[in-house]
Amino acid sequence: MNRLLLFLAMALATPALADSSLPPAYWANRQLPDSRQEARAQALMEEIRCLVCQGQSIADSDAELASDMRDMIRRRIASGEKPSAIRAWLIERYGPWISYRPPAEPVTWPLWIAPILLLVAGGWIARGRLKGRGER
Amino acid sequence: MGRWLRFLPVLLLALVVGAMVWRLANPPDTTIESKLIGQPAPQFAGEPALAGKPVLSSADLADGRPKLVNFFASWCVPCMAEAPVLMELKRRGVPIVGIAVRDRPADVAEFLASNGEPFERIAADPESELQLAFGSAGVPETFLVDGRGVVRMEHVGPIEPGDIREIVEAVESAR
Repeated sequence: MNRLLLFLAMALATPALADSSLPPAYWANRQLPDSRQEARAQALMEEIRCLVCQGQSIADSDAELASDMRDMIRRRIASGEKPSAIRAWLIERYGPWISYRPPAEPVTWPLWIAPILLLVAGGWIARGRLKGRGER
Repeated sequence: MGRWLRFLPVLLLALVVGAMVWRLANPPDTTIESKLIGQPAPQFAGEPALAGKPVLSSADLADGRPKLVNFFASWCVPCMAEAPVLMELKRRGVPIVGIAVRDRPADVAEFLASNGEPFERIAADPESELQLAFGSAGVPETFLVDGRGVVRMEHVGPIEPGDIREIVEAVESAR
């Protein structure tokens, strides 16, 4: 009997909501009328990390803060601000971590150089193999 | 040499598994800290959060007195837990101003009526604009801004009774 009561209590429990009761901001889930501006905003939103669900971009996230960030980005793009300026504004506040596009800084050089090094190494291995084949 | 090379994939696999186990045992710190520490607080003209309450704007942050800027919300449960601690800080003479994130005036009034009212001034932040301008990532979060309007410290999450001394000292030293 107690078990049944406990089960019913669990079935009826509602989660504690960690979201506000305000509706999403105006431009959070609405496209800009100018399709070129919207494309710029969308491209930027896909490269900005959500502060709540830290593995997602704000374009993919359902978090309220992410929708407020989309609203902010669309409003700024509509008022003529460049995506790079908005990205820089966010990096000033949250660090390069917020951007999914790694900056070309000394600490990220290995990242940028790696494909070139791998290509050279691959070419060198392939050369050795092809050469050996020719001699046989 | 060639025979040993055969074990390279196994070695690589062991390395990858080892790295994963290490990461699971030592989860990364997911706290997001504002990069505005040491920088001037952002400029803003505040919107009223509820009728009859003085409105907070950035000019109030550079009035010569160091103060705490508390991001809170009526829908935020940890903010309720933090409220008595803010009241204690107020009792000890720490000036506190509030920013109500994504909130309705009626809900803010009810929250303050039932949890206490530690704020000298409050600004409304219905679209998280001030939150983003401060480099904050959630509620509750508290910034210490000195008398010249420079951000000196950030406290992510609710201030707990054990944090009171450190915060009072930080406010004193920001004078």
